[in-house]
Amino acid sequence: MNVAVAKTDRVEAADETPFALARSRLPGSGAVADLRREAYDAFQRIGLPHRRIEDWKYTDLRALMREVLPLAAAPDAEALARAAAALKLHAIDGVRRLVLVDGVLAPSLSEFGDLEPKLSLRSLRDILAGGDAALQKELFGLDSNNPMIALNSAMMTDGVVIAVADGAKLTQPLHVVHIASGGAPAAVFTRSMLKLGNDSSATLVESYIAGEGAAAYQVHDSLVIAIGDRARLDHVRLVEDGREAFNITSSAIDVGSHAHFNTFGMATGALVSRYQAVINVAGEHSRVETNGVNLLNGKQHADTTLVMNHDVPHCASREVFRAVVDDRGHSVFQGRINVRQPAQHTDAKMMTRALLLSDDAEADNKPELEIFADDVTCGHGATTGALDESLLFYLRARGLPEKDAQSLLIQAFVGEAIESIADDSLRDLAIGAAARWLEARA
Amino acid sequence: MTALLEVKNLQVSVAEREILHGLTLTVNAGEVHAIMGPNGSGKSTLSHVIAGKPGYEVTGGEILFKGEDLLAMAPDVRAAKGVFLAFQYPVEIPGVATMTFLRTALNAQRKARGEAEFSTPDFLKKVREVAGSLGIPQEMLRRGVNVGFSGGEKKRNEVLQMALFQPSLCILDEMDSGLDIDALRIAADGVNALRSPDRAMVVITHYQRLLDYIVPDVVHVMSKGKVVKSGGKELALELEATGYAQYEDKAA
Repeated sequence: MNVAVAKTDRVEAADETPFALARSRLPGSGAVADLRREAYDAFQRIGLPHRRIEDWKYTDLRALMREVLPLAAAPDAEALARAAAALKLHAIDGVRRLVLVDGVLAPSLSEFGDLEPKLSLRSLRDILAGGDAALQKELFGLDSNNPMIALNSAMMTDGVVIAVADGAKLTQPLHVVHIASGGAPAAVFTRSMLKLGNDSSATLVESYIAGEGAAAYQVHDSLVIAIGDRARLDHVRLVEDGREAFNITSSAIDVGSHAHFNTFGMATGALVSRYQAVINVAGEHSRVETNGVNLLNGKQHADTTLVMNHDVPHCASREVFRAVVDDRGHSVFQGRINVRQPAQHTDAKMMTRALLLSDDAEADNKPELEIFADDVTCGHGATTGALDESLLFYLRARGLPEKDAQSLLIQAFVGEAIESIADDSLRDLAIGAAARWLEARA
Repeated sequence: MTALLEVKNLQVSVAEREILHGLTLTVNAGEVHAIMGPNGSGKSTLSHVIAGKPGYEVTGGEILFKGEDLLAMAPDVRAAKGVFLAFQYPVEIPGVATMTFLRTALNAQRKARGEAEFSTPDFLKKVREVAGSLGIPQEMLRRGVNVGFSGGEKKRNEVLQMALFQPSLCILDEMDSGLDIDALRIAADGVNALRSPDRAMVVITHYQRLLDYIVPDVVHVMSKGKVVKSGGKELALELEATGYAQYEDKAA
């Protein structure tokens, strides 16, 4: 009798995993369902990553996140209304807006009509639910050895799948906005894809924001990007999630030949965020610029983990990263550059600088260079320091109150990374996000 | 009439070592005072303490500015009240455009005084006008504050700020250091243009040369943390001939 009860308990416990609970609501059956099952098994083998896994040493999700919350409910009319209100504060002009509310594409808040020629937009949900087995397989192609990617593969419900055909130069940036509407604490799982054809160009902006009252929600997002030969992608991502939220995002980017990829990421929001990107520079004569800024205070924790793979010769990559950390904030930058034997004449550089505004602030920089080619230019540098007292005094002697003087110097410090954004209005968007963080601090 | 600046028996220490040993100085509106003295006599310490630089401990005495206790005010409050220190070594601030810095500083001062902020077109017009008279090219205003500026350009940028902020007390700390004669003349002309009956200047210098261009009403000799002699502008010429040695003996 006792044994039988214990057995029943165990079965019930297994059924209450977020995956089991959500299964009937996850789009796709047959092969897709099998791929989900495999991915979830891969996640369960490790579970939430912890500090004894080298790659997660500074971001122990088992301690920080503790558990994966249940899948969020699809947004109702009230949730959409709260999302619309939040969107107003973060709207930018001249973009095509594509909005996900609680992990579900919201056509009423998005602009799917009047597509430029050679641009195609589909929802991940539709693709997983029906047809195109090849594309489905591709969407599951991310590395499931990483437990958070595996979890995302198992649970992904929706996202934007964007294709830009050969030769198309999009004039309008695409703005993907993730909004947590502020319902009950829950988790969202999304995956988007962008395929840029040869000789094409596009600008992708991603914002993560929260509606009024959104608390301890979890964002689990991923992004698959393929950049064709001679194509150019400008990418900006701004994490402005609520101050109790988690944001774990993974991306995989393949860069063709003679291509140009410029990406900028900034975390001012979320309690805990991690952006892990793998960039494969797979075609010759290409250039990749990755720039990042973390602005953290309170108990905020933000981790940027980049892997830059140079597989072919004559490519260049630049990583510029700035962190400003106040109170008990914790910034992590892990940058790995792999230069494989054929990748001669690679020019790869990485520079990280951290500004610590309090005694309890922490910034960890971990550069790793693994170089198998012998004719390359590679380097990295890292500095950590406090605000320069002589500069602060100069500004105060000119009439700036202490916080204003600090703000001006902080803006200057992160400015070099923000300046890398080519488009004026997008640069202003990033400057605006930084300004909001500084104002909230004062 | 209340003096603009009254320094009374000021005693200041840095890292437990006393630098100023009871310094007294009174400056009235409309006057230009020169403070001369050998290296280490405490001239720059005095300018830093008036501006409110951290790291100095006032152990005795007081400083009154328009009758108010200056030492109780934060540096930015002093600036808004009209105290301006032209730095001996103006700092470089990469990433902060000179124009942005000037506008932010001026508006912070105006806000502290309860005045309306300058509108951008008015402000730009004003800056261009003053910069033009000082021979500061527009291109320099777009660069980071003092970044890539020569010594002379940095000092001219200080004079530009003085002209924009219109302070009632200007303290010029070794304005002549590192300047050639031409650069010195341009900076001095800028300063002279700001002489006015309701403004005072304190010119701190090691050499008499600067006082050929900015002619003082009163000259003070400082030695070992005190004012040891005061007189008219002829005192500066006398010092040029005899040197500081006699005063160092006197102070000791």
